Parts: sequence; structure tokens; C-alpha cells
Amino acid sequence: MEITANWYLILSAALFSIGAIGLLIRRNPLVMFMCVELMLNAVNLSFVAFGDRLGDIAGQVSVFFVLVVAAAEVVVGLALVVAISRRRATTTADDLSVLRG
Amino acid sequence: MVEIAVFAVCAAIILVGAVGVIAARNPVHSALFLIQTLFGMAVVFISLEAHFLAAVQVVVYAGAIVILFLFVIMLLGVDQSENLNIEPIVGQRFIAGVVGVATFALMLVTLTGSEDAITGQPQATGALGDELTDANNVRQLAETLFTDYVFAFEATAILLTIAVVGAVVLAKRTQGEMLPTPRNTLEIREEAYQARIDARAAQLEANAAESAAADSASSTGEADADLVEASGTGDETDGGDA
Repeated sequence: MEITANWYLILSAALFSIGAIGLLIRRNPLVMFMCVELMLNAVNLSFVAFGDRLGDIAGQVSVFFVLVVAAAEVVVGLALVVAISRRRATTTADDLSVLRG
Repeated sequence: MVEIAVFAVCAAIILVGAVGVIAARNPVHSALFLIQTLFGMAVVFISLEAHFLAAVQVVVYAGAIVILFLFVIMLLGVDQSENLNIEPIVGQRFIAGVVGVATFALMLVTLTGSEDAITGQPQATGALGDELTDANNVRQLAETLFTDYVFAFEATAILLTIAVVGAVVLAKRTQGEMLPTPRNTLEIREEAYQARIDARAAQLEANAAESAAADSASSTGEADADLVEASGTGDETDGGDA
């Protein structure tokens, strides 16, 4: 039995689904960010698996850019969480309705 | 054989970590499970011959991003463990589970539909070298990054600068007088609820007193004394509530 790229893609799909479920059911913004990280990692895994299968370095380059974007996203998101938590005691996603029109 | 064993162990580590992230009550535990998932992913990257990305995965994700998460958790207070038993929207968990499982099933069907689901031509330029050593991977990645993708690379530099400036602006404490902190929204909600209950109780009491007074006035001759008494108690309770 050989480990083909399909196996890695199935693992990636499972990880992505778990991240999506977590993003939908959790209410703590920090845990929601972690679930986004899980989903980004699943995408990274599929990029690397595709790159390995097609013998193309571009898959790994894409992962590099995804990493940078993920870092930027986490930095801004966590700054937002800190700024919000300074003004109100609870920071569950349900309570954050200040932008509601 | 070794490859299969490595894949199985890594897949187990990754999936257990991922489930732990979404099932852990305490955000600190979620962050630690996330580190587990990221390490498993780094090993998978090595088995896929992406050595540089495996190192970057450990350094950037486990070393920087998760530590940033932990810092923020510590800053906000570690005792904010979420009660996972309450479900704010009825049926949310169930629908989320259905959506997740359906997504996974869809991808699984796509991937297992054919012997090799990946189609496409291997690239002639920028192709992975035959001798995949550690140094070769890094050199190849660097060459591609600084030739074909150099504008995207510059753009990520700008993106990171903007993100850092934005984070500083967002997290900066306002100088001088501290802004008055609005009360906890839950507290406000509870107070409003309690006020509604009180108002309703007062109204019911007033209605009861009124009807009692009306009954006694119509049935007995000595209406005046009862009426005075009833209105007196009514006023008293109103005053107490106010």
C-alpha cells in the first residue's frame, strides 16, 4: 500500500471540516481564531500535497504566503479582541453587536 | 511501511489536536491542542519533502502565533472558561455538525471518486529537483520566491507593516482620562429583565387592588373604609417597588 497524495488531501479535508465546525459552534473569539488557523493549516497541507504530487515548488511558495497572511490576520484580530475586552467585561461573540445598524 | 506508519501517527496527532481545540473548555487548553496539531503538521510536511516549511511551521506557528494567543488569553484572564452546555441558538450545534460533515463528505466523494483525483500537468519551470535534499529545497524555494513571486513577496512586506501599525493603533490605550467603562452587557440585560418583572408584578398588584376595591364597593355598604384601605396598600406597594 502506498501513501498517495489523496491520503493527505483526505486528512486536509477532515481538518478543514473540524475547523469549520469549531468556528460555527464556539463563541469565544480566541477559540474561533484558533479554528481559522486549523482551516488555514488544512489548506496549507493540501497545497503541499498538490505541489509534491505535481512536482511543483509553487505549492510551497503559496504556503509561505498563506503563513504571512495568517500571521497578519492573527495580529489584527487579537488586537481587536484586546481593544474590545478593555471596554466590556465579556467577550463572547454573541455580545459583540455594537456595529449593528 | 514506515511511510504508512508515519502518516497514521501524524494523522492521529493532527485530528486529536483539532478535536481538542474545538472541544476544550478552557482557551489555554485549546491553544495547547493547537500546538499539537501544528507539530503533527510539521512532521507531515517533512514526509512531503517540504523541509523549509516544516521548520517555518514550528517557528512561526507554534513559536509565535500560539504564543501570541497565550499572551492575549493571559491578558484577558485565564478563568474565562466557557460553559459549553448552553446553546445560545437552538439547534446551532446540530446544524453546524451537519454542515461540517456534509463538507467533509463532499470532499471525500470528490477525492475518492477516481484513482488519482489530482489532475494537471507537472510544471516544466520551477519543478522540484530530483535530489530532494534539505539544502536543495531551501535553495529552490528561495529562487522561486525571489524571481517569479518577488512582487507578491514585496506585497506581503507591506501587508505585515500595515498589520503591525494597525495592531499598535488598536491596542493603544487612550491617553489621559480613562474612558468610562460600559457595564457588562449581561448585567444590563439582567437588570432590564428584572425591571420588566418588577413592573409587571406592580401592575398585577395594582389591578388586583383595584378590582378588590370595586368588588367591595359594589357589594357592601361600607365601601369607603375598604376603598381607603385598598388604595392605601396599593400606594404602599407602589412606593416600595419604586
